[in-house]
Amino acid sequence: MPTEVILPKVDMDMATGQISRWFAEEGARVKKGDVLFEIETDKAAMEIDAPASGVLRDVTGKEGVDIPVGAPVAWIYADDESYAPISPIEGEMSARPTEGVASGGTSQSSTALEPSPVEPTPPDRPLAGHPPLEGEGKTRATPLARRLAREAGLNLSGLTGSGPYGRVVKADVEAAISSPLEGEVSAKRTEGVASEGTAFAPSPVEPTPPDRPSAGHPPLKGEGDVLRLFEQGSYDLVPHDNMRKTIARRLVEAKSTIPHFYLTLDCELDALLALRTQINAAAPMKKTDKGDAPTYKLSVNDMVIKAMAMALKAVPDANASWTESAMVKHKHADVGVAVSIPGGLITPIIRHADEKTLSTISNEMKDLASRARSRKLKPEEYQGGTTAVSNLGMFGIKDFAAVINPPHATILAVGAGEERAVVKNGEIKIATVMSVTLSTDHRAVDGALGAELLVAFKRLIENPMGMLV
Amino acid sequence: MAGASKAVADSRANLPFVYRQYSAEQLKQVLYKMYLIRRFEEGAEESYMRGLIHGTMHLSIGQEASAMGICMPLGEDDQITSTHRGHGHCIAKGAEVKRMFAEFFGKTTGYCKGRGGSMHIADVAKGNLGANGIVGGGIPIAVGAALSSKMMKTGKVVVSFFGDGANNEGAFHEALNIAAVWKLPVIFVCENNGYGMSTSTARSTAVKNIADRAAAYSMPGVIVNGNIFSEVAEASYKAVERARAGEGPTLIESKTYRHRGHSKSDRNRYRTKEEIEDWMSNRDPITLFENELREFGFIDDKGIEAIRSEVAQEIADGIEFAKASPSPDVSETGNYVYTEQA
Amino acid sequence: MDAMVRELSYAQAIQEAMAIAMEMDERVFLMGEDIGVYGGAFQVTGDLVERFGTERVIDTPISELGGAGVAVGAALTGMRPIFEFQFSDFVTLAMEQIVNQAAKMRFMLGGEVSVPVVMRFPAGSGTGAAAQHSQSLEAWLGHVPGLKVIQPATPYDAKGMLLAAVADPDPVMIFEHKLLYKMKGPVPEGYYTVPIGKADIRREGRDLTIVATSIMVQKALDAAATLEAEGIDVEVVDLRTIRPMDKQTVIDSVKKTSRLMCVYEAVKTLGIGAEVSAMIAESEAFDYLDAPIVRLGGAETPIPYNPELEKATVPQVPDIITAARDLVKGVR
Repeated sequence: MPTEVILPKVDMDMATGQISRWFAEEGARVKKGDVLFEIETDKAAMEIDAPASGVLRDVTGKEGVDIPVGAPVAWIYADDESYAPISPIEGEMSARPTEGVASGGTSQSSTALEPSPVEPTPPDRPLAGHPPLEGEGKTRATPLARRLAREAGLNLSGLTGSGPYGRVVKADVEAAISSPLEGEVSAKRTEGVASEGTAFAPSPVEPTPPDRPSAGHPPLKGEGDVLRLFEQGSYDLVPHDNMRKTIARRLVEAKSTIPHFYLTLDCELDALLALRTQINAAAPMKKTDKGDAPTYKLSVNDMVIKAMAMALKAVPDANASWTESAMVKHKHADVGVAVSIPGGLITPIIRHADEKTLSTISNEMKDLASRARSRKLKPEEYQGGTTAVSNLGMFGIKDFAAVINPPHATILAVGAGEERAVVKNGEIKIATVMSVTLSTDHRAVDGALGAELLVAFKRLIENPMGMLV
Repeated sequence: MAGASKAVADSRANLPFVYRQYSAEQLKQVLYKMYLIRRFEEGAEESYMRGLIHGTMHLSIGQEASAMGICMPLGEDDQITSTHRGHGHCIAKGAEVKRMFAEFFGKTTGYCKGRGGSMHIADVAKGNLGANGIVGGGIPIAVGAALSSKMMKTGKVVVSFFGDGANNEGAFHEALNIAAVWKLPVIFVCENNGYGMSTSTARSTAVKNIADRAAAYSMPGVIVNGNIFSEVAEASYKAVERARAGEGPTLIESKTYRHRGHSKSDRNRYRTKEEIEDWMSNRDPITLFENELREFGFIDDKGIEAIRSEVAQEIADGIEFAKASPSPDVSETGNYVYTEQA
Repeated sequence: MDAMVRELSYAQAIQEAMAIAMEMDERVFLMGEDIGVYGGAFQVTGDLVERFGTERVIDTPISELGGAGVAVGAALTGMRPIFEFQFSDFVTLAMEQIVNQAAKMRFMLGGEVSVPVVMRFPAGSGTGAAAQHSQSLEAWLGHVPGLKVIQPATPYDAKGMLLAAVADPDPVMIFEHKLLYKMKGPVPEGYYTVPIGKADIRREGRDLTIVATSIMVQKALDAAATLEAEGIDVEVVDLRTIRPMDKQTVIDSVKKTSRLMCVYEAVKTLGIGAEVSAMIAESEAFDYLDAPIVRLGGAETPIPYNPELEKATVPQVPDIITAARDLVKGVR
């Protein structure tokens, strides 16, 4: 019987091999021990010797083709053995039936031969396109607090965490369960301000990279480093409350993750002030405990809110929120208004401000601001929004740049209205001028788009009748 | 083993050691086993190349006389520690090839139930405490086994096989020193096949002969031609006698050659084809032994042919046994890590 | 524990255990450097050589790899050696025989053999012996399947666990903190064992579980006493065995207290604390955690010589108190 020449296993974990080169061709006379062919492995080329002496026949192992370990690649016929060429129908790999060869070896090696049908996903790539977690998932809470809340049917997002970094701990959940003041949730339900993730609660579209380090935690070591700079007794230490911590965290996050871009413009207020006087004078009176009072009294800020909302409707591309996978284009203009309260600030929102009348906006704003000061806002009254307005004009601040409050893409910083000399048609005149600075999230609102928005705003402020129609 | 009768012994007075010491039957059995080792390794190599055996293996083809010669004077109770090139030691110490094949195929009927493979082949019942994947790893263990023998007064002798590569390991030196200081019944057998993987002893070892190291530990250092069965067996016989007499250890250097590469991924770049060819054609231990047996009239061609075909049958049966044996269940991966406690 | 209870030092307890083991079983013998007439570097073997002779209390050459290998070989072939390393740091010289041989032999040979060797390692800092004679390397060996690794923290456990180790069919590595050798405590006379693989609750408490090993058990108990005055009720779990670890005792304790701190002398990173923390995070106890897990371990440096530096390198009682207070009061 002729001697079979197989593709031998020459390396650990080798299931297939390639013949890189034959040193003998069909019909050649070979001697046992002669180099027949060379196998290419991951590591090196291995020379394979002839297992017998004779004539090389049926060289079926092609160069450069993957061949299973153990498969015959040729036959060596001894001188006294007769040879009949194989019929082509029998295929090119294995002509002679050989026990144990056709299987290509163990099941393990045959599995290894199968090409993987799908490209493997790099394991550490975050799953793109998944909606971020809502509600409870956003809240910093211990595993125990989560489990207790889950068992009690409580929504953690309504709770104020008393633990470090505003973390909701077991005691907070237990307190909430034992004093059910407002029905389903809690004695410790947040009042206007600020448990983790509530005061500036992100909209559902904000992406939540799960492993992002929570920015804004002053590293514990830093405390000592700061205090070391001051003499003992020269200061009081006032521990942060949750609102302070939340403000700190949110602002660091906003300022370090959002590429801010600033645009400043001056607006003349004279027409607006005149219209405001007119409108306020026309306000119907209503009876109250303290005597008759007008049913509304517009402030300049109310008109700024309305103008900003209408500007966003006029430049809808700027009414947006950035997310990693998509631009969120809002259909309504919801304007947050920064309200300073003792110990911090909060931003209640005038929803659909573009559709509301100035008097409605004005009255809503008064209500929101007063409840904000007594920390009575509901989360839905300060969460979300599509832009914000921050006005420091009452302090005489001329111009400043505000920090964007995500998920917003813009915030308008409003300075004081003051009489300034302006040059018009070559003449110096006096006008009441207010400087405004628009901060934009450059990922969502480019410079030109921001400018377009600001110009639309200025046009409404300077032509205030447009806000009445 | 029982020696040859006195009359026979007299007629062999001028023959080499083994022909004086052992019966014709015993010597034929030696030839049988040398063939068994050779064919076992060839069968394993063939199975490996067909992908039936996993991992790698280190073949001792060419070193059969060394394994057989050292084990010749050992009794069944005596013990050995072996090396990654240990198939020959295992067979020489009495293992069955079918259970060795089963181990190589990773089957539950293998000596290690499929957990050890070629590199950790063992047969504890026959005194093989295990091949070792760590160069020099078995040497201190053999000394420990010899300490057990001495403390328990069992009279056992322990042989530690290792290669030339191990003679530069710290374990070799520490173990030889302890064995010498405590006069333990242990024999250190260095099978010097010339290369530690690819590095020749000339390039790796400061002494010319590894047996020279024995002087540092005040024990006899004996050099034998590892391809001549009688020479190896004679040296082993003397060392065993010395050990049993409580005189302490011996270092035997058995100079031999492996026909195959270090392992299955060796390209033989560090030695020439001529060198290999010379050892295979002119110094093959089986051929040498066969010639002597024939020359001294212990066997004829027919007898040799009978041994060869008997061996071929045992090998074929062994492979069949291994193929037919069950593989361990994956659920049993955690077995044998610790002793199962009732 | 009805037997008469006296006080023994930790070292005396070990010596007594070895004597009992040798009296009960002639296969048991001792090997090590200078354990004979010298009595061992820490006088743990003491005068045992006088009672049992040089044949069973064997001085080895200074030859850790060879000695450990001989012990492994003797255990493999029917003896019950107890091998003393002079310092646990020297395990580095014998890792081959412990990790590749002793730990794997039973497995590699498909259950055909076992290796009932006991190795004792004087470990830890606090003696001014500096970087090469003060380490706590138990986690190295704890990483190796096939070995059992224990750290008795009291004289009672030192004796009972050593006797359990001698009776165990597998290799048992005993890490003995050098500063514990002089610690006194009640030790019953006669033979008893303390099971390998079982943790012990040294002190029950409601507010915080401290899982400690070896000398840190006593430090944790001292800290607990101080914290009790502040109204913080600490439970101290003495792990005792690091492989195989008694997970359930730790899980049950954390479920009760909702807070976990691990205290150990070895370098903090990649150590027992990491293992215990991860084990809890993976277990049902995760949903009971009401605060982050805290680890107190050795500094990421070699052990220094200067005594003040040396102390600062490993957790001390005030460190445990501060960390526990912060954890319970919610500062961390």
